[in-house]
Amino acid sequence: MISARGRVRKLEKTVKEPDKDELSACLLAVGAGKDIQAFEVLFRHFGPKIRAFMLKRGGNRQQAEELMQETMMMIWNKAALFDPARGSVSSWIFTVARNVRIDAFRKTNRPEFDPNDPAFVPDPEPAADDVYEAGQEAERLRGALVKLPPEQADLLRLSFYEEISHSAIAERMNLPLGTVKSRIRLAFSRLRDILGDAA
Amino acid sequence: MKITHHISDELLFDYANGALEEGWSIAVATHLALCPSCRKRLATMEAAGGMALEAIEIEPANTSTEEFSWEAMRARIDNAAPAVPVPARPKHTAGRAASLPEPLRSYIGGDVDAVKWKPLGLGAYHYPIKTSDEDISVRLLRIPAGKPVPEHTHGGRELTLVLKGSFSDISGRFGPGDFEETDESVDHQPIADPGEDCICLAVTDAPLKFKSRIVRMIQPLLGI
Ligand SMILES: [Zn+2]
Repeated sequence: MISARGRVRKLEKTVKEPDKDELSACLLAVGAGKDIQAFEVLFRHFGPKIRAFMLKRGGNRQQAEELMQETMMMIWNKAALFDPARGSVSSWIFTVARNVRIDAFRKTNRPEFDPNDPAFVPDPEPAADDVYEAGQEAERLRGALVKLPPEQADLLRLSFYEEISHSAIAERMNLPLGTVKSRIRLAFSRLRDILGDAA
Repeated sequence: MKITHHISDELLFDYANGALEEGWSIAVATHLALCPSCRKRLATMEAAGGMALEAIEIEPANTSTEEFSWEAMRARIDNAAPAVPVPARPKHTAGRAASLPEPLRSYIGGDVDAVKWKPLGLGAYHYPIKTSDEDISVRLLRIPAGKPVPEHTHGGRELTLVLKGSFSDISGRFGPGDFEETDESVDHQPIADPGEDCICLAVTDAPLKFKSRIVRMIQPLLGI
């Protein structure tokens, strides 16, 4: 008997990797209607990446698998909060994975602002052009990241993969703290320049 | 609210990255609640994090491991109690005036008028906030108008977020929402501006840690 899963797999082998618009559509479908097929696409694309990400950040293979499953469960439950006008799918999933790790290893939740809090100061209403731009930001950012000088790109990558503070990075890379700070500032001011150009 | 002093890139990056301890994060997240421009910078950093996630090298796909993993995920979803539907982000409604934003308000358990101030002497008060990390001291300070911040230590990292009133030091004037970040290299003496008491959130390395750092520093000099 061929299971539905088997069919999906065969299909997948012939289908290329989903692009970011498909992933975005999948996450929206999970948010709107708990679409399990859309979720499977997300799982097969992001699951191995999240597992590798958790493994890099420390712990063994089994813990990495558990944290990945926990992250995907969170994505299943909270997909309705994803807003494509505010950022890309990978950015949103990164924040979910990051928070799952913090909740698992610290005794408390990560302190976060609450957009529904009456004391929260909301963003200025975006102009219609800005909403359109938001979809393109991810592409521009990707291009900008690739063009960062290697010493800045390496520093960002190491920080994300090892989940360590900039002072710990300084120790790890045997660099003066001031050098690390200025590389972070240069990298992000450059990214902001590129994103800000069209805004 | 006109904010002129913001979070540095390196501190915001630690927060974006999940590498900032709870105590410091309370000050960072509370400033973020008040500051759309820092939230925009945070979003750029999180997008960079998303790209690091996308670009990560994964092991060559092992079909049976992946199938087993998906199987486990399916089972978990099938067995999970139907999740309480998460409402889509409702629009912000300007409503009741609360002077302390989240996450700070929850840590205090109420608004600024609910704070049970403890005297520090010379008319100043403080209110220590409990966190899970004893190495970092988090507290509210209330400084009388025109007076200096008492018990001011010059060592370690220090984050200050103004909630009400203002203070001035060598780096300028800090009003509501402004964020000051100093370390041992900065010798500053904040003084509350005249006219109104200044209430701020102050996060520092806990005195114990601070003392042990001084001991470590002078140990070689004493030849211990
Ligand atoms: Zn700011």
